[in-house]
Amino acid sequence: MTFVLQIAIDAISLGSMYSLTALGIGLIFGILRLINFAHGDFITIGAYALIVPAAAVVATPFIGTWPAFFLIPAIISIVIVIALLTEFIAFRPLRGANMASLLIASFAVSYVFQHIIILIYTGRPKAVNVGIELAQHIEFVGLRVPAIQLVAIGAAITLLGGLALFLKRTAYGVQMRAAAEDFETARLLGVRANTVIALAFAISGLLAAVVSLIFITQTGVLSFRMSLNLVIIAFISTVIGGMGSLFGAAAGGFLVGVMSTALQTVLPDDYKLTRDAFVFGFVILVLIFRPQGLIVTKAVRERV
Amino acid sequence: MQAMGPIEKQLRRFWPFASLALILLIIVVVVDASGSILMQRTVADGLIKLIVVVGIYIFMGNSGVLSFGSIVYMMIGAYATAWMTLLPNLKRFTLPGLPGFLIEAQLDPFVSLILAALLAAAVAFVLALAIMRTNPIAISIATFAAMAMGYTIYNNWERVTLGTSSIIGLPMYVDMWVVFYWALVVMAIAYIYQISRFGLALRASREDEVAARAFGVNVYIQRVIAFTLSGFVVGIGGVLHGHFLGILTVNAFWIQLTFITLAMLVVGGQNSLAGAVVGVIVITAATEIFRQMEKGAEIGSTLIQLPLGVQEVILGVLMLAIMIFRPAGIMGGREIPWPFGPPKPIRGGRSRTLETGAGKARTGD
Repeated sequence: MTFVLQIAIDAISLGSMYSLTALGIGLIFGILRLINFAHGDFITIGAYALIVPAAAVVATPFIGTWPAFFLIPAIISIVIVIALLTEFIAFRPLRGANMASLLIASFAVSYVFQHIIILIYTGRPKAVNVGIELAQHIEFVGLRVPAIQLVAIGAAITLLGGLALFLKRTAYGVQMRAAAEDFETARLLGVRANTVIALAFAISGLLAAVVSLIFITQTGVLSFRMSLNLVIIAFISTVIGGMGSLFGAAAGGFLVGVMSTALQTVLPDDYKLTRDAFVFGFVILVLIFRPQGLIVTKAVRERV
Repeated sequence: MQAMGPIEKQLRRFWPFASLALILLIIVVVVDASGSILMQRTVADGLIKLIVVVGIYIFMGNSGVLSFGSIVYMMIGAYATAWMTLLPNLKRFTLPGLPGFLIEAQLDPFVSLILAALLAAAVAFVLALAIMRTNPIAISIATFAAMAMGYTIYNNWERVTLGTSSIIGLPMYVDMWVVFYWALVVMAIAYIYQISRFGLALRASREDEVAARAFGVNVYIQRVIAFTLSGFVVGIGGVLHGHFLGILTVNAFWIQLTFITLAMLVVGGQNSLAGAVVGVIVITAATEIFRQMEKGAEIGSTLIQLPLGVQEVILGVLMLAIMIFRPAGIMGGREIPWPFGPPKPIRGGRSRTLETGAGKARTGD
C-alpha cells in the first residue's frame, strides 16, 4: 500500500511539472499555432538568473541567496519580461505566418537564447544549491517524501486553480479562452489580438518561472539545454490532452506524468530508459484515432 | 512567338534542375581548385545537408505539410549502412544484437547505400500509411513523435546501436565529389518527381485541398508516396553522413540537426527546389563566414575578431530576420527562371494576365 502511495506521489509530482509546462506551451499553441520551443529557454533562464552571470566554473548564487519571499517574485518577473520581449521582438512581426515559419522562428529564438547563455555562463553544467531544505525528506503518513515533491504538487494545484478562476471569471480570461479555441472568430468579436497574445506570453512566462524553480531545486544542475526534454514531453502532453484546449493541456500533462511513472515501475530494467518511446508511440496513436485529443471540451464538440 | 525546337523545349523544361546543378558544379570546381582540404570538407558537409534538405523538401515543399521529424530517416539510413559495411569481426563484439546474416555481411558501399535508403523509405512508408489520413497539424506532430520515438529507441538499443556511445570504423569512401554526384542524383529525383503527375497532384492539394479532391486527387495516397520518397532521399543523406565522418552517434540526429535543416529549407523558401538549394548554400556560407570571423581577420595591422559564440547568436538573429522580412523565403517559391527569351508560353496564361490587368483598370476607374 505504501509502495503504491509512494509511486502515486511520484506520478503526481512529475505530472505537476509536465502539466505546468504543458499549459505554458498549450496557451501559446492554441492562440498562435506556434510550437514555442523557446518556452524551454524561459525555464532555463529562470534557473540561470539565480546565479551571478559569470563564466566561472563554480557558480556563485546571486538571487539564489535571497529569502524566498523576494527570490520567487524576482525570478518570476525576470522570466515574464523575457517572455514579453520575445513576443514583441520575434513573434509579433510574424503574425499570420505559416506553422513552419513560426516553428523555425521559435527554434531560432531558442538557438539565440542558448548561445547567449553559453556566451555569458559557458556551456559547462554548473551545480547550484537552492532551497536545500526542500530537498530533505519529510515523514508523511508513513511515507518518506522529498519536500520538493509536495511543493511541486502544491504549486501546480495553486497555479492551475488560479488560472482556472482567471480564465472562467475575468473578462480577459474569457477572451483568452475564446482566442485559444478560434482566434479568427474571437478577433471578429472584438478580442484585441496583441493584448491577448501578450497576456498569454506573460502567463506562460509565469508558469515557466515556477517550473524552473521547482526543476532546479530537484536537480541542482544548470545546463543550457536542461529543459529540452521537459518541453518535448510537455508539448506531447498538450497534443494528448487536445490542442487548443487549456484544460486538456493541463490534464494531458498529468496523464503523461502518471503514464511515465507507471511505465518506469512496470517495465523490466532493460527497457526502463525507453519509457519515453512508449509515450511518443501513444501520442501517434492518439493522433491517428483521436486527432482532437483525449479530453474533448464542449466547445470543440460543438464546433464540428 | 517563334517555334521552339524540341531540344530547347527540353532544356527549358529541365532548366530549374540544370541551373542548380550548374551552381553546385561551379562551387565544387572552385573549392577543388583552391586545394584547401578544410574548405572541401565544409562543402562536402554542406552537400550532405543539401541532400537531406532536398529530401525534406520532397514531402514538405510539395504537400505544404510541415515535416518535423525527417531526421530520423537520416539516422535509420546511417545506422543501416553501418550494420552492412562494418568489419564482421568488429560487429561480433560491439554489436552482438544484430542478426547473424548482418554480422557476417560486408557489402559493397553502393549496394549498402541503396539498401539502407530503402530501409529508411520502408519505415517512412509504414508511418505514412498510418498518419497521412489525419489533418496537417496532426501529421506534423506525428512525424515529430515518430522521430522522438526512433531517437529514444536507438539511444537505448545498446546491442545494435551502441546506445549513447559512438560506432566507429565505417569505411570513409565519401569525399566532396562523391557527395556532389549524389546531390545531383537527389536533385534530379526531386525535380522529376515535382513535375510528374504525382508531384503535380500533391502540389494541387497544397494550394487547395478541397479543390484538389474535387478533381479526383487522392490526397492520402499522394502524401504517402511523397513521404516515402522523402524518407528514401533523407536516408541517402544519412548513409553519406556516416561514410563521410566514419563515426556515428545517435545524439547527432536530434533537435539541433532538425532545426538547422528545417531552417535551411524555410529560409530558402520551402515551396521550390531552388529554395531548398539556395537555403543550404546561404546558411552554410553564412556559418562559414562567421566561423572565419571568429578566428579573426587581419585588416591592415589590426586583428578583427568576433568573441567566441557570437557566431551562433548572429546566425539565429539572421534567420529570424529572414523569416520576418521574407516569410516565403529567399526564393519565394520560385524556381530559377530561364534566362534566354520570354517566359514559356502557357495556353490561356497570357490572356488571363490581360484580363486581370483589365479588371484592375476597371476598378481603378
